[in-house]
Parts: sequence; structure tokens; C-alpha cells
Amino acid sequence: MLNDLTFGQYFPANSLIHRLDPRLKFVLLVFCLVLFLFFNNNYYTLGLCVVFVFLVLLLSKIPLKMYLKNMKIILPVLLFTAVLNMLYVKTGRVLLNWWIFEITSDGLNRALFFSLRVVLLILISATLTYTVTPNDLSEALERLLSPLRFVGLGSAVHVLSMMMTIALRFIPILVEETGKIMNAQKSRGADLESGGLTARIKALVPILIPLFVLSIRRSYDLAEAMECRCYNGGKGRKRMKQMTLHRRDYLSLLAVLLFSAVLIYLFYTSKGLV
Amino acid sequence: MSILSVNHVCYTYSPNTPFVTTAVKDVSFSVNKGEIFGIIGHTGSGKSTLLQLLNGLLKPTSGQILLNGTDIWEKPKEIRKIRSHIGLVFQYPEYQLFEETVLADISFGPKNMGLNEEQAKEAALRAAETMGVQEELLNQSPFDLSGGEKRRVAIAGVMAMEPEIIVFDEPTAGLDPIGRETVLSALMQYRADHNATVILVSHSMEDMALICDHIMVMNSGENVMLDTVPGIFRQAERLSEIGLAVPYVTSVLLGLKKKGLPVSTDCFTVDEAVHELLRLAGKEADHA
Amino acid sequence: MDTIIELKDVSFDYHDERAHHILDHFNLTIQRGSFTVILGHNGSGKSTLAKLFNGLYKPSAGQVLVDGMATDDEQYQLEIKRRVGLVFQNPDNQLVSSVVEEDVAFGPENLGLEPQETRQRVDEALKIVGMYEKRFSAPHNLSGGQKQRIAIAGILAMKPECIVLDEPTAMLDPVGRREVLSAITRLNREYGITILLITHFMEEAEPADRVLVLNNGVVTADATPSDLFSEIDLLREAGLTVPQTTLILDKLRQNGIPAAKGVISVDACVDEVYRLLHANPS
Repeated sequence: MLNDLTFGQYFPANSLIHRLDPRLKFVLLVFCLVLFLFFNNNYYTLGLCVVFVFLVLLLSKIPLKMYLKNMKIILPVLLFTAVLNMLYVKTGRVLLNWWIFEITSDGLNRALFFSLRVVLLILISATLTYTVTPNDLSEALERLLSPLRFVGLGSAVHVLSMMMTIALRFIPILVEETGKIMNAQKSRGADLESGGLTARIKALVPILIPLFVLSIRRSYDLAEAMECRCYNGGKGRKRMKQMTLHRRDYLSLLAVLLFSAVLIYLFYTSKGLV
Repeated sequence: MSILSVNHVCYTYSPNTPFVTTAVKDVSFSVNKGEIFGIIGHTGSGKSTLLQLLNGLLKPTSGQILLNGTDIWEKPKEIRKIRSHIGLVFQYPEYQLFEETVLADISFGPKNMGLNEEQAKEAALRAAETMGVQEELLNQSPFDLSGGEKRRVAIAGVMAMEPEIIVFDEPTAGLDPIGRETVLSALMQYRADHNATVILVSHSMEDMALICDHIMVMNSGENVMLDTVPGIFRQAERLSEIGLAVPYVTSVLLGLKKKGLPVSTDCFTVDEAVHELLRLAGKEADHA
Repeated sequence: MDTIIELKDVSFDYHDERAHHILDHFNLTIQRGSFTVILGHNGSGKSTLAKLFNGLYKPSAGQVLVDGMATDDEQYQLEIKRRVGLVFQNPDNQLVSSVVEEDVAFGPENLGLEPQETRQRVDEALKIVGMYEKRFSAPHNLSGGQKQRIAIAGILAMKPECIVLDEPTAMLDPVGRREVLSAITRLNREYGITILLITHFMEEAEPADRVLVLNNGVVTADATPSDLFSEIDLLREAGLTVPQTTLILDKLRQNGIPAAKGVISVDACVDEVYRLLHANPS
């Protein structure tokens, strides 16, 4: 199950959203997050954002169930804060007054906007993680950050991206290894489940030490293997997968710009509710 | 008399999720006291899951595992005690070493069983001797040893708990011929000293043919064959259907039979094969 | 045939308290296009030797030459590593990326090849080792044999002259061992790549045209497989197990049957016994 946490994000499908350039997707995501948060304060803008996100979800050809699964975890928190918002805000028209509770129009709006903004943010971010492999994402970040080489940070960016690549490769191995070592110590009678805090921390020693030793061994081996494959700290390295922008990327960019223009127009022409 | 009986055991990973997989399907067998019981099957046949079930690391989804007639899960809270009766040596056990000295590492199991310092040390020394871990190594760090030495120390760590049944998952994997021989003979030594029962998983059909009494063949989670060594290796075709082989000597005799020689293919070790070939040539073996 | 790798009077020791020489005035010549197996038990110095071949380790004394380039000469570092690829025992510790094709591309990318050239080499290398269908998989979800073949493809994509494999099958099950061994044999036979296979599995020496036995840093035998496998005592002395097929014929010989020496494969053994018994049916 730990595996699903770290790796279950990418959902393969053949859709327009999947095929978009990962760099563009990343930039557009950040752009959309800003729009949803700061240019969204009335029913028109909210409606437009919901329609926009819904369209993106449909285009991604990922079952809605997958998105809902994502929401399930956050739902209790969302409901709780929405209720708090509703009860805390005392301004505006009183809609309901019962016992010590008083719900006002402002409170309701606050709760509605707050929850829907969070839902929109989660959904649109999930579209990115569902449609970009972790590798492509790390590569997209490397390329987006590549202008930093003009200020002498080029190798730092490369190292960062290499670290991400290697981490992605070794996290599942590490998870598996931890399970194996835990089992091996348990079958030697180690008690990992009972006792107080200190006992439990002490019980971790037989697991952590082998894990460290193994990881250090592994990193030496990997370094040698990389050297054997002519790795030279990234000097002169040229990636196989070149990222180039296609017509679909430009069209998508255009669509998002259009959406933002309408949104900003609605934002400035209508009265803000929150 | 059977010391261990496994009755209709099933094990399912991640039940009630889309990732559900049944790794062990309705497996039954019993192991006699003092015998060497072999399990063969290719990677992913459910062997590893089965071994974890025997050791109480996993709980059967259904079915029972009886040790001396008692269900090992009768008192779930005392499952840790079962592990000192049925010891499990994992594949590449050297990865479990963690203590400062070899002796301390071997004593880890006995101490967890509740033995005092002195008793644990004695048990550790006995196990170290069985595994041929030299005295001068006992106070060294286990991380300074050679690969073969680490393996022997790790196995000693399980033997020191002195289980009645000891289960080995590929104890010789990755070792060179000398290392393999040392480990296998130590395993026989332990059985003799403690009147213990051994369950062995190995890919080496030659080793299996040489030391096992019974062999169980697993394929996609099921027990597909269970017989004596001759009973298993007589069925070369069935074994090759599931991607397993017979010992080299047996392949040679099967090849000869295919060419029309009236040879018995019931030979699984070099000596048996030579004896049979000499019979065919009309000679008695010099040393027979 | 010309020489690809030459070890001239090489000594090597680790610079630590175990200051003994692993190798002492060691000499060896490897011919281009040959298939050499180096046999030896653990600690015989064979892994050290593997790392000397491509300059991962530098000799403490003497010279290692790859196509005439000394491995301790800084300017040849990359070119030597491109020409002599090294595959290690543990497949998990040598794959870099979590996507198969991106991993295979790692070498060519480091060489700074044009993207379409890299793409072509990656596809070709994966097809040669029979892993093209798995190009989008994560190594984590593959078997040991498959991972090891990807490691080989990763070296292959650099178009090496020679591939050194350090116990590539030690951690694999029999199926994986067969897959890897047949891939290695094909690289030599069909693509003319020089192979140096280091192993302690005797059966793996069969497809070689030269076998070296290494014992405590010294070559104790240097022969063809069939000649070597006639020397059963020598093999035992070096801590190696003799294949059962060879043993059967040896014991028949001890009983006065003139069985041929140096037979390794099951088929060859069947043929030999059949010849012996058929010529002299009882």
C-alpha cells in the first residue's frame, strides 16, 4: 500500500491532456491555481472555473472515480472548515437562526467559495499528477529551471533533477527492502508492535542499521555503474527525449488564455461576494 | 508422525481492492519429524508467501497450520513464540545483520526468546560452531566479514533460537561452490544435533535430489506435485511444462532413453547414474 | 585477431589495512571478438580484475591498455569506458531510471549523442536483448533476468567493443540465468562483441572459446572449455564444482570405459555415452 502512495499517481491513458508538453502543463497549472484563488469571488467566476475544470477532467479521459478517490481523503477536513466558516461569519443577511446557531449569507458564501476553491485546486493538480509520469515531471522541472544556468546554477539544476530521477527509481526498492528486513527481524523474535515509546524506538535499531548499510552499499554500486556508463556529472549530456511544443500545446495555451481573459473580465465587472 | 501439517491454506494479498492476488491457493501437506522437506517452484509461484505463513509472519486467509497438532494461530497474541519453534532463514539473510559484534548479532534471537545473557551466549556459541563461524570472528563487526562469512553468521542467528523446524529460503543463493557446500553440510549438522526437521527451498535440483526426503512442487500458488525424490523427478515432462528442470544426470539418462537405450531413468545423483550406465555396459562398478 | 585489452605486469592492492596484493605482476591479453570466461571462487580477485579492465580501478603498478590506450591516462577515461562496458552482479544497483527506455538511454545521453541517434540505439539495444516490448515498464516490476538484460542493453547502446560481466547471473533464478546467458552468447556470435564473463557457475563456461581459472590472483589454468574440463582435480583445487555431466564420464573412465574428457553440455554427454554403449552393447 505504501507503494500506491508513492507511485499510484500516474494514470496512463491516451488523451489530449496526457500528450501536452509537461513543461506547459506545469506552467498552466500554476497559472490556473492563481486564477482560482485570486480572480474568483462571485458566482459567475465560480461557475466558469467549475465548467473549465470539468472540461479538463473530461478531456483527460481518466475515470471520474479516480478523481473522487482523491477527494475522499480531504472531504472530512473540508466539511469541518466549511461548517466553521458558516458559523463564524456573522455579517450579511441572516438566513437561519436556531438555538445558538446563526447562519448568514456571507457565512454561506464564505463556506461555499472556500470549499469549492480547494476542490478545484485539488482536481486541477490531480490532472497534472495523473497525466505526467514522475520522470517527465522531474525533467520538465529541470528544463523550466534551466535558465538558472545563466547565473551559474546549471550544475545545481542538473544535480537536483538527477537526484529526483534516482529517488524515483529507488523509493520502491527501499520500501520493499524495509519490509524484508522487518520480516527477518520479526522471525528472529523481534517485537516491533508492543511496548512504550522508548521500547519501540529501540526496536527500530535492528531495522534502520541494516537499511542504512544496504543503502550506502547501493549508492557506491550505483556510482560505479553510472561511471561505467560514461556519466560525467552531466557535462555534454544530451537527453533523448527532447521536449518540443506542438500545435496542440499552442492551442491549449490559447484556450487557457481565453478562459483567463473572460474570468478576469467577470472578476472586475461583478461584485465580489467574499 | 507429522510434526507440521498444513491444511487447505489460502493467502490473499490486498483483499477487497482492485489489486487482489491470491498467492497461496488451498495448499495442504504434512512434514514428518526429522525429515528434509523440499519445496520447488519458479519465482512467483507462491513459495515465499508460504514460508512466511509457516513462520507466522502472515496469517492464512483460510485454512490451518498445525504444529504438533496445535493451530499456530490458536493464540494470536503468542505468535511470536511460534517463531522460536519454526525458524525461518530468509533469502540473502546477511542483510539482517545489525549488531556491533558477530556474537551479539547471533544472540539477538535467543535474547528475544527471553533467555538471559548467559544462556543466550551459550546458544549463540553452539550455533556459531555448527555454522563453522571461527572463534576469532565472534568479536568482530559483522560488516567486516566476507560475503560467505556473513551468510553463515546470519544463518547461525536463526539456528541459535534452536527451533524444532528450520525453514531455509535459498540458503546458497549467490554463494560460490565452497560456500554452498559449507552451508548445506551445516544444515545437515544442525538437523542431526537437534533432531530437527528441515524445510528447504532451492533452485538447484541437484542439491534437492541429493538431500531431500520429500519434495513439493508449487506452481501459481498451488501444490501441484508432492512425492518422494524419485516420484518427483520421474515426471520430467510435467516439470518442464511448468518451467522446472530435473537434475543434469537425469536429463542425460532421459536423453539416452530417447535414443533407444534400455536405460532406467530413476537416477538422480551422479553415483546412481554411473551405476546404471555400468550395468548397461555389462560391468560392475569397481567401488560398488 | 588483434588484441583489445592488455594487462602488462599489473599489480593491485586496496589502500587499507589489508595491504596484501590482490594481483601481483599480472599479465593477460584478450583478443578482439573472443568469448572468455574467468572462473574463480569468491575472493579470488576476479571482481577486482573486472574493474581494472575499464579503468574503474587503476593499477597500483603496471599498465592496462584498451586498444592501446592506458586506463590511467585521464584523457582516455570516457572513451575507454565507452569501448569496454561493465555489467555488475546486482541488477537493482545499476539501473538509474524508473522507465526502461530512459535507463537504456542514459549511456548514449552521457556521450552527448543526437536525440534521434540515441533513440535508434535504445530501440536496437532493447530488441537485441528481447526487452523492446517492456520499454515503457518500470524496472521495479520486472524479473531479475529481465532487469539484467536491461542493464546489458544500457551498455550495448554505447556501442562497446567489449562487455565485461561480473557474475551477472549470481542473483538470478534458473530461468533468468538462461535468458541472460543466451543474450550474452548472441552478442558474441552475432554481433562480434568481445565478451569477458566472470562467474563461478561452471556450466556457463561452455559457450566460451577460452577459460581462465583464477585462484588467489593467479591464473592457474588458461585453456579451451573442453581441455579445461578434463582437469577435474585442478578445478576442485580452485574451489569450483565440476558439472555432473563431466563427473559421470570421469567415473565411467575410472571404471575402464574410454569416455571422452572435457564434455560439459547435457547433449554432448548423451552423445558420448550413446557412442560408448552403442559401440559396445552388452
